[in-house]
Amino acid sequence: MGIRERLSGNEAVATAMRQINPDVVAAYPITPSTEVVHYFSQYVADGKVDTEFVAVESEHSAMSACIGASAAGGRTATVTSACGLALMWELLYVASGARLPITLAVVNRALSGPININNDHSDSMGARDSGWIQLYSENNQEAYDNYIMSNRIAEHKDILLPVMVCQDGFITSHAIENIELLEDDKVKKFVGPYNPGFSLISGKPTSVGPYDTVPFYFEHQYQRARAMVDSKKVILDVFKEFGQLTGRNYGLFEEYRMEDAERAIIVLNSSAGTAKFACDTLRAKGEKVGVLKLRVFRPFPMEEIAKAVSHLKAVAVMDKCDSFSAIGGPVFGDVRNSCYGMSNGPQIINYIYGLGGRDVRVEDFTFVYENLDEIIKTGKTGEIYRHVGVRGV
Amino acid sequence: MSNMVEIRWHGRGGQGAKTASLLLADAAFNMGKYVQGFPEYGPERMGAPITAFNRISDERSTVHSNIYEPDYVVVVDATLLTAVDTTGGLKKEGAIIINSNKSPEELVPLLDGYEGRVYTINASNIAEEELGNRNFPNTPMLGAVVKVSGIIPEEVFVKDMEESFHHKFSTKPHVIDGNMKALKRAMKEVKGL
Amino acid sequence: MNYVKDSNLNLNWNEISPGGTILKGGSSLEVNTGDWRVMIPGFIEEKCNHCMLCFPVCADSAIPVKDGKRGDFDFKHCKGCGVCYKVCPVGAITWEKEEK
Repeated sequence: MGIRERLSGNEAVATAMRQINPDVVAAYPITPSTEVVHYFSQYVADGKVDTEFVAVESEHSAMSACIGASAAGGRTATVTSACGLALMWELLYVASGARLPITLAVVNRALSGPININNDHSDSMGARDSGWIQLYSENNQEAYDNYIMSNRIAEHKDILLPVMVCQDGFITSHAIENIELLEDDKVKKFVGPYNPGFSLISGKPTSVGPYDTVPFYFEHQYQRARAMVDSKKVILDVFKEFGQLTGRNYGLFEEYRMEDAERAIIVLNSSAGTAKFACDTLRAKGEKVGVLKLRVFRPFPMEEIAKAVSHLKAVAVMDKCDSFSAIGGPVFGDVRNSCYGMSNGPQIINYIYGLGGRDVRVEDFTFVYENLDEIIKTGKTGEIYRHVGVRGV
Repeated sequence: MSNMVEIRWHGRGGQGAKTASLLLADAAFNMGKYVQGFPEYGPERMGAPITAFNRISDERSTVHSNIYEPDYVVVVDATLLTAVDTTGGLKKEGAIIINSNKSPEELVPLLDGYEGRVYTINASNIAEEELGNRNFPNTPMLGAVVKVSGIIPEEVFVKDMEESFHHKFSTKPHVIDGNMKALKRAMKEVKGL
Repeated sequence: MNYVKDSNLNLNWNEISPGGTILKGGSSLEVNTGDWRVMIPGFIEEKCNHCMLCFPVCADSAIPVKDGKRGDFDFKHCKGCGVCYKVCPVGAITWEKEEK
């Protein structure tokens, strides 16, 4: 059953890329995702993959090259972080708008400025509405597993949307941890061959990304929006099949000790594990606390989240990204939106945490649980948009 | 997780503290343990104080924060004792292991009243004699940590390291002997208080 | 979603190609850009010596050539830019405001 290994999150993604053996990888290095490109280009040099590796001169070019390669019918992948993702911005929309099933491993890092190389989610959260499916990963294992499943989701004929697989920069990307890898042949079989619906190099006349006039643009946007809605079912089907292969069963989110919980923290990526530890510690004292870890952020599992939190009394939604919107972070907005109109639903507050690599400790989550307790006891929600870990706040 | 051992490494950029933490993670992994080995990253620069961490346990640790209450602290460069709070949060039942030519008694005054065990090992000297470069103290430091902490049985560790050196230095076999000697000497020469 | 060859205004969102990808060539032939014209060229066949200076400069490929001789304009696609009128050395192309 699998191969017992110890790899960093970056090595895990590079390994998955090697096993998938994409037709084209176009990438430009940026900390902390550089290692993935580094490892993968070595696989190319060593002949371990047949991939055409395109060393481009910027992330804008990387995504442009990926769009070209994908339109030519190639299974295409790239990797980036932070400002690199920001430089891809324009093309992210082009990729999803042209319905090109590119996969992108995002190693989450704070956006400038001021410049910072450490982890938060401002990069991928900024790209949350670009028409890309987004999967988040607690650790190296989940980064690997999510990545292996990403092609199947992206390339499904009813979906045809690009997929981002996100993990936390340095915290998991550069940490060595145990991991169970699949054998190469099993990955190859699971991912399967790629049969694109068209190809610019098929010899048949094909136009990709033509000017979309008023009578058609809205219909194409509706197609993309529907594909995002419909992708939930496809994602669950792929997760299920992956579970049958590996024994690792994933859902749109993970409910950790939520069954009889009164208070819960909603969080994604590496801090979810830290929150689970805080949860266990409080559970040992008899406190009814739980963790809901989001895996699939786009499409957002609206009905499922609403159902999962309906029995709670108080919920804290954690955002490792501030929206500067004056109404809280992006995860919070979507969670609260999902719960609108619920009778007797929980009180919901937002915590911005861990920006720019600020270490997120077990104690931070204990503090959040205590504050939820306070809300329940006093019946007063108080400030909704909060920050944890900032000096003087 | 009662069986979890947490280790914090203090070094300076370029001395291999991060590499040592990854080597320790490797050795513990080969023993069947669950491991975490990770550095704290800033803009990397030679000579700047850096910190690296290990969690070693029988079950997967889900915590992804730095380590604030370590069982062991390893100081790869003794000049850090006056520059960084090396004993901060260090458990009394634990120990600090310092690369120094001094005795543990001589260094106690620099440890902010730390009441636990103090060990020294002249890792730079061993590195100079066995590897020809005193700037590579991480192999002897690793030997001292395993000896003091007992997280890996010594003979298993020595055997595993020999294999990993053979793998790592397959193109430079002359380096293998030096590293093995440095490792074994450190395990013998570490001095405790 | 299926990729289809034809798009028209009678088709709903789920009947047109995903992302607007077009799986055939020459689809611009179907678009009547001729009604963008303000000025219109005219072809005076008797004056034309078929020197072939006009058709390569036509941005809309609206000057058909067959057996070494040019024919009348393709007014479905001529946008009325006037370049042909400008290059014609023998006055075989007229240029006036189009009455609609």
